[in-house]
Amino acid sequence: MDALREARVKTFVDAFRFIADNPHLLLVKTAEHLELSGAALGIALLLALPVGLWLGHLHRGLFLAASISNVGRALPSLVLIAFGLTIFGIGFWNNTVALVVLAIPPVLTNAYFAVDAVDRDVVDAARGMGMTELQVLRRVELPLALPLVFAGIRIAAIFVIATATIAAIAGGGGLGAIIVNRASYGDAGVLAASLCVSALAFLAALILSLVRRAASRRPVPVP
Amino acid sequence: MPGQAAELVFDEATKQYEGRDEAAVDHLSLTVRAGEICVLVGPSGGGKTTALRLVNRLIPLTSGDIRIDGTSILDQDVVRLRRGIGYVIQQVGLFPHMTVEANIGTVPRLYGRPRAWIRTRSAELLELVGLDSSYAKRYPAQLSGGERQRVGLARALAGNPPLMLMDEPFGAIDPIVRARLQDAFLALQKEVRKTVVFVTHDIDEAIKVGDRIAIFRRGGRLAQYDTPQAILERPADEFVAEFVGADRALKALALHTLAELDLGAPAGGPPCPRTSTVRDALALMLQMDAQKLAVTDERGVVVGSVTREQLLS
Amino acid sequence: MTLAGGPVIPNFGSGSSCEVTNGWFCTDWVRQHWSDTLQPALVQHIELTVIAVAAGLAIAFALALAGFRYRLLDPPIGFVSDFLYTIPSLALFQILLPVTGISVLTVEIALVSYTLLILYRNMIEGLRAVPAEIVDVARGSGFTRIQTFTRVELPLALPTILAGLRIATVSTVSIATVASFVVAKGLGAPIFTALEQDVFKTEIFAAGGMVVALALVADGLLVLLQRALTPWTRSGRPA
Repeated sequence: MDALREARVKTFVDAFRFIADNPHLLLVKTAEHLELSGAALGIALLLALPVGLWLGHLHRGLFLAASISNVGRALPSLVLIAFGLTIFGIGFWNNTVALVVLAIPPVLTNAYFAVDAVDRDVVDAARGMGMTELQVLRRVELPLALPLVFAGIRIAAIFVIATATIAAIAGGGGLGAIIVNRASYGDAGVLAASLCVSALAFLAALILSLVRRAASRRPVPVP
Repeated sequence: MPGQAAELVFDEATKQYEGRDEAAVDHLSLTVRAGEICVLVGPSGGGKTTALRLVNRLIPLTSGDIRIDGTSILDQDVVRLRRGIGYVIQQVGLFPHMTVEANIGTVPRLYGRPRAWIRTRSAELLELVGLDSSYAKRYPAQLSGGERQRVGLARALAGNPPLMLMDEPFGAIDPIVRARLQDAFLALQKEVRKTVVFVTHDIDEAIKVGDRIAIFRRGGRLAQYDTPQAILERPADEFVAEFVGADRALKALALHTLAELDLGAPAGGPPCPRTSTVRDALALMLQMDAQKLAVTDERGVVVGSVTREQLLS
Repeated sequence: MTLAGGPVIPNFGSGSSCEVTNGWFCTDWVRQHWSDTLQPALVQHIELTVIAVAAGLAIAFALALAGFRYRLLDPPIGFVSDFLYTIPSLALFQILLPVTGISVLTVEIALVSYTLLILYRNMIEGLRAVPAEIVDVARGSGFTRIQTFTRVELPLALPTILAGLRIATVSTVSIATVASFVVAKGLGAPIFTALEQDVFKTEIFAAGGMVVALALVADGLLVLLQRALTPWTRSGRPA
């Protein structure tokens, strides 16, 4: 029993030693990971945010938003990566497309429901003061919806970073490339990369949480 | 299960919240006789709802005592105490996941009554509050505001409690439906004769439903406790007079019906049922620009007449 | 590329021209390997999911009871479950490996930890959303604290809890495919095998399609369960 525990502790010690010994390798892989994740998240935001916000503004497309969210959740990341690989072959695009597809549902549905839920009286008042539809969305609905919109972006970011790890199976590079290659990097390397990618995901989630909190902080009137 | 009607006594009942200068309820002493409706009325912050919630111990007493038929509420198990007291609130608070029948059966089920008994009892109570049996299987979301409050009333009566607590029960309902519910409630009370403590902020409602009215002032102190008639005719002080309103003479007219007057011989004029209040009869007279009304009975037969002078005397 | 777990089953290249040329979808392969590959994988996948969701439900319920009763406990529980949720699944499996070894236990621990956030959040939010006046009436009518919880608060929180259960179940079906990287069980196993064998398309589409179908079917069944358990939520006009 003690021997087993010792072996376990040793694996973790080795992992930290691996991190200390190979900072350059891990940095390069982390950069690759961020590049892939960032590109996919960026494309997803460009595609999904305008659609979600505008549909929410119109209070239309509830069925679409709900279906996208349901189907999106039912699409396993591994299956998407594998499908992408069979359709596009190995490379940057197969994984990017898979990650974008994965990131769109939480961004789109959260944007939709966030704007849709904004108090109609407030929107009415804004319209009554002579704002155009775009002004209503930009100056009234968006600021009020922002916390929920960021919550969606945060979930998408968590999904994308996690799936970018799996994308290494399909030649995606990044920290996942170390995790799926135990033959080259050994137990210590695999564990080290796992810890690094976990820290990366946690940091990204933390930063987006802080942004979200900043977005929801607004002056509270004194009662 | 509990029986008919109980006497309720507040004995120096006090609620003092920590860190507040003023008491919420300050040495309240009053007796509600068995089978009477006692209305607690006053400005917001007057402590009337607090006084009500002291009775079923949703708010604990700071000092003093409250007795139901001579037994202190502090000497009873709190759960048992509450099951013996009907409780109705403004928001009704029907359980949205239960049918109307199950809602009404709440307390009997706590007493372990069999299902068939509860079904029969629900049907009886639905009829009593003026809803037909088709309502039994509906959910609260399918009812209108007035219907919900009727079900709330039926639910509070289901355990046949000797005492009912009603916290602004008709406060959230539009005026026309409210008047109808008040009438239904008074008709119901004639039949069941419960002891009722009824909180409202509406003095007209208090005058209409109360056998006795307790007027609270800020700081939870009792300003006057008397019959509506006495309060309208002899307000104890400036505060009561102001709260009751400058038109209290007019309000007092609402306390009597035409049936109580010595009617003149049957004569012409706009017809008016003898169950109308004097106030309503006067309003009709002014509206029709008439000097005389023909008073009719329940079947619409003219049984007498009444003049303007008679109404104003 | 290495694969932890069982031996690689030589399950392609056995015959038809479709299989030899790695066509888009060879029905003869699916027919041939349904009973030895796909069906057992499906059964394993269901087992993995059911165990994880059941355990997650039990743990989240205990946590929610604590967090609901003692508000101070809510932030730390929320933070820990949120932290677990952020860890990429592939990484969490690897981090657990040195501790619990190549075993179903490793897989289940990871799967359960991903269900906690959504189940816990929905339970707490469902319980907190019960209107105060309804709890007031329940207590005023003589419900004990336990009766108020079991007969009023819990049933009223049920729609929210079941919505969480739907999301947790579908997510678990999805993440369980990645688990096959650690333990060759479930529908992820044939996918990894096919990826190893020059990306054998038929197997990927067959197993992948089954995962998606399983997720949708599970979701549909839970919707039916939700309708059966909460009849009051779809009756007539809203309050």
